[in-house]
Amino acid sequence: MEWSSWYSIIFNFILMVIACLVVAGIGLLHVAYLTYAERKIIARMQQRLGPNRVGPRGLLQPFADMIKLLGKEDLTPSGVDKPIFWTAPLISLVCAGTGLALIPLWSKFVLSNINVGLLFILALSALSSYGVILSGWGSNSRYAFLGGLRASAQVISYEIAMSLSLLSVVLMAGSLNLQDIVKAQLNTPYKIYIIPQIVAFVVFIISAIAECNRTPFDLPECENELVAGYFVEYAAMKFSIFYLAEYFGMIVMSALAVTCFLGGWAGPFEIPYVPFFWFLVKLYLLLFFYIWVRATLPRYRYDQLMGLGWKVLIPVALANLFVTAVFKLIL
Amino acid sequence: MGTYLPFFIFAFILFALGVGLIIVNNFLGPRRYNPEKYIPYECGLDPTGDARIPFRIRFYLIAVLFLVFDVEIIFLYPWAVVFENLGWFGFVEIFIFVALLLAAYIYAWSEGALQWE
Repeated sequence: MEWSSWYSIIFNFILMVIACLVVAGIGLLHVAYLTYAERKIIARMQQRLGPNRVGPRGLLQPFADMIKLLGKEDLTPSGVDKPIFWTAPLISLVCAGTGLALIPLWSKFVLSNINVGLLFILALSALSSYGVILSGWGSNSRYAFLGGLRASAQVISYEIAMSLSLLSVVLMAGSLNLQDIVKAQLNTPYKIYIIPQIVAFVVFIISAIAECNRTPFDLPECENELVAGYFVEYAAMKFSIFYLAEYFGMIVMSALAVTCFLGGWAGPFEIPYVPFFWFLVKLYLLLFFYIWVRATLPRYRYDQLMGLGWKVLIPVALANLFVTAVFKLIL
Repeated sequence: MGTYLPFFIFAFILFALGVGLIIVNNFLGPRRYNPEKYIPYECGLDPTGDARIPFRIRFYLIAVLFLVFDVEIIFLYPWAVVFENLGWFGFVEIFIFVALLLAAYIYAWSEGALQWE
């Protein structure tokens, strides 16, 4: 090959790495401030002040937490299955966060424009349950074991409902490419899929909350029954990596909802010089909704949780799929 | 390959971040040995027996049901992508396919596989 083409390949590769680093950095910043926002919003909803000591209005709290956790002893209890115990948090983090690389943040910006992007994200969210199962199994603690079992049953149950609800979107758009899905939405008369697919949207949001193990479906963690569920035995950084993964998962799921149901980067009018404006506005609204739900609803009982997943969401999502198919054939 | 590469770079960045944080933590964190600390946590009681206790068969049943549905969904995704070209033929065909699985689902439901008490 010519020297110039080698240069362009290396240049493109370096550009790619820089783009990935920037997106990962912005994602991590969002994770950090999502924890802060959650504490602050829930505090306000419970008529407390929330974190307000570190920095102005407590804005540096996430960094203080990070530094504190870095200075803790990394404890490995006796009797744990070491390789499993060590890899489980990493599996959680990678599987929860990598979905961000597939989300089209703007019409001209997506890190990885894959034809089967939606399928990749679903696969990643299914794989992230491995982190939960393995940490529960490897911890040599009954609480962790029970938490891991519950989490795996819950995650695979809601996986089905989530896939079925996204299937109606794929049916309407006729593509698995996330960028094509957004473009297909903009070509419809109502611009966003939440209007014809409101049922699928509700099913998706409920199962996304369950997939992320958030209240009211946080039975795997269940502070007052299982102490903390699958990660009781983890300490210091390995513990906080599970938290990183949980919040990354929330962000990726919300970003997926924005892409598939709320029209992605498009907005009612263009904001000059701020290309990601509408995407971020929709993303923040959904994240606020997650926190609001956590502050409002009590936890489900386990049989209610499994019943909701298997007896309500799956039939509803299947029926919605066939209604969508009939409408598409008639119209 | 070009479009898949950023995905793997991104995954590697997150992996490296996790490993890096654990390594930094191991350098910064103290090491104070105390045998009591390494006992698995069980609310102050000394744990007895194996932690991997027998669990209910229901969890296994859910896993089997999940496999059936997951395979169904894997077949439904390509159908949804090419739905416009297939028309009514594809609709009826997939309806029969889903109806067969739905019969199994209703059977499992009536036999109490989805009953948690």
